[in-house]
Amino acid sequence: MSVLSELSVGQHGVVMALDLPESVQNHLMHMGFVPSSLVTVVRRAPAGDPTVYLVDGLEIALRHETASAIRVKVPRTLSRQQEMELLASARQAAQPQESESAQTAPTPVEALR
Amino acid sequence: MSSCCETPAFVAPTVPPPGGNLRTIALIGPPNAGKSTLFNRLTGLRQKVANYPGVTVEQRMGLMAGAGRPDLTLIDLPGIYSLTPYSEDAKVAVDVLKGKMYGTPKPDAVILVLDSLHLTRQLMLVPPILSLGLPTLVLLNMSDLMESRGGAVDVLKLARELGAPVAQISATHGSGLEAVPLFLNQRDRPAEAPLRPLTLPVLGNAASAHTWAAQVSRNTGYRAPLSAEGTRQLDSVLLHRIWGPLLFLAVVVGVFEVVFALGQPLSDGFGDVLTKVGDLARPLLPAGWIQSLVLDGAWKGVSSVLVFLPQILLLFLFIGILEDSGYLARAALIADRVMRSIGLNGKAFIPLLSAYACAVPAIMATRTIENKRDRLATILVTPFMTCSARLPVYLLLIAAFIPNGGVLWGFLSLRTLTMLGLYLAGFIAALVTARLLKSSILKSSETPFILELPQYRMPTLRSLGLLLIDRARIFLGQAGRVILLVTLGIWVLSHLPATRTAAGVLTAPGLAESIIGRLGHFIEPVIAPLGFNWKVGIGLLSSVLAREVMVSTMGTLYGADPDTQALNLQAGLHHDMTLGGAMALMIFFAFAMQCTSTMAIVKRETNSWKWPAFQFAYMLVLAYGAAFVVNHVVTAIFG
Repeated sequence: MSVLSELSVGQHGVVMALDLPESVQNHLMHMGFVPSSLVTVVRRAPAGDPTVYLVDGLEIALRHETASAIRVKVPRTLSRQQEMELLASARQAAQPQESESAQTAPTPVEALR
Repeated sequence: MSSCCETPAFVAPTVPPPGGNLRTIALIGPPNAGKSTLFNRLTGLRQKVANYPGVTVEQRMGLMAGAGRPDLTLIDLPGIYSLTPYSEDAKVAVDVLKGKMYGTPKPDAVILVLDSLHLTRQLMLVPPILSLGLPTLVLLNMSDLMESRGGAVDVLKLARELGAPVAQISATHGSGLEAVPLFLNQRDRPAEAPLRPLTLPVLGNAASAHTWAAQVSRNTGYRAPLSAEGTRQLDSVLLHRIWGPLLFLAVVVGVFEVVFALGQPLSDGFGDVLTKVGDLARPLLPAGWIQSLVLDGAWKGVSSVLVFLPQILLLFLFIGILEDSGYLARAALIADRVMRSIGLNGKAFIPLLSAYACAVPAIMATRTIENKRDRLATILVTPFMTCSARLPVYLLLIAAFIPNGGVLWGFLSLRTLTMLGLYLAGFIAALVTARLLKSSILKSSETPFILELPQYRMPTLRSLGLLLIDRARIFLGQAGRVILLVTLGIWVLSHLPATRTAAGVLTAPGLAESIIGRLGHFIEPVIAPLGFNWKVGIGLLSSVLAREVMVSTMGTLYGADPDTQALNLQAGLHHDMTLGGAMALMIFFAFAMQCTSTMAIVKRETNSWKWPAFQFAYMLVLAYGAAFVVNHVVTAIFG
């Protein structure tokens, strides 16, 4: 287990937990930093901080101290194939399969085209 | 400009629409999803749009004339991520949605705009919005971009999953918008079956909302488009460790060089046209005081400000390109390190940059800053940024007093360098003041810096063209009202009290004996140490209304004075100002708070007169002190 700020550019991490005040945590989670989502370090700002992260297909900049409060797991060995899969699943924001299944009841509605 | 950003007050239709039960529709969605672009399409209005999150900071209303339903009111709202607001602008949106905003009707239906490029995350907003229990139409915006980049989603399935109608649109190109009237007509029937309750995730819990959203997007076969490779590549240059900051500086310097090199001939030509118009009108007016009032008073005053229209539009064009392309968010990222050293974060840099156009919208834009004390500090320093109303004053004085020589091997002219210096002086004053405020009365713990970087977009000619037309209209309106009134007032006061000569003819007194002359001489001792004579003093007094009024006042005063009547404004200034006084005047304008609109907006945003009063006093003291020093130093060096 490490924290997001320790990852270097190009590395991926899976979000485990956010150790932040509730309002900040809530805001970050709505931007995609939810547990088990995949984060990629995209680049650092010219001054070395903040850092731009890719999560859910969106680039978000965070300062070092915020990123250091986000605990992540680094997938140890990633083959090219796994890397692609992880990226794809990040795009889909896929959750582990054991997550709560369909919470929606199909409702007959009209769809406007 | 002083009244830059006021939009005409909205008047709701008084007659209720026949039969229908819909009156007010709210547009809601995550930040930067294109709500305002859609609002403009549906209403035919021109709400400001740009490419960064947080452009819209308050509710705006308009009639849906663009969608063929002028009986309905559409409300555009700031973007939100959830119904738990994190910043001031999001709080506005949530209050309006819940009908808690005074003066704004509670919406009867909701149009939820989502960005198809990031649909999964954006779906998280659906459950809280549906839980409001209002008829809801879900629009997937930027669907053209999504499809061209290989994304896909099953709209029918999505509508079934959500229990609400869904349509794909492109607000920029106006496609798919027929879904909106269709939805409204269906919902407009008096007897409407209640929506079937849906099973939604636990509200307010982000993790469960995300799980739900991921589930829905999987069920509907959503395939996210490939992220734009162009944005990534552009960023690897624009956010490069070395090139990034250098390009940023090059952009800023380039803007000013163009405003001078390209704008000056344009403005000169425009000025010649204005003078010609005045000369053509002269024979048409009866000689005597009417001719003097209209031509030497009003026309000379107003046209002395109008001359700067081309250069101001050039500046707005550049700011528009920066905003629309998405570069502004990158600038905030580059600036975060500097902003941190003064106790603010990079987000505060966006309002500061847009204050180069006008402080009024910039102060509104501070609503996106989450921390209250950070926001207040930003509001207080924003008027130091060199707004476009200072431009006429600078351009006039620089053209009159600074020689057009080249420095740095001809790369920069001395005039551009002076201009850059003035912009830099304002910026540094803002930073130092913010540092002082943040380490004293506005000390607070740091709030995290969270900034979304939008994908780059090519600014469209249409949006830039509309921006320039709007700015030109505002500038002309300002010249037609405030400036015209002030110049007329100045002219009248400079011709009173009229005296009867021995022959019984009414004649105006000499300028020095007129009311304005006496007033000027009365305040002269206060400003003499700065190198200003009484005429400049009158200009300063009138410029409290709005900075550019200074220029028109000087134009009118020189028009009224027989000594300088024949001269143009630049030559007239040489009559009673030294280089030291001119430099001091520029520095005075760089620091002083001369804008009633800014003070009014600061009062509104901080809810008290205390802050605008503090700001006015602080900036005045600083301006006076700096002008005093500059006058004496420059006079000592250059004589």
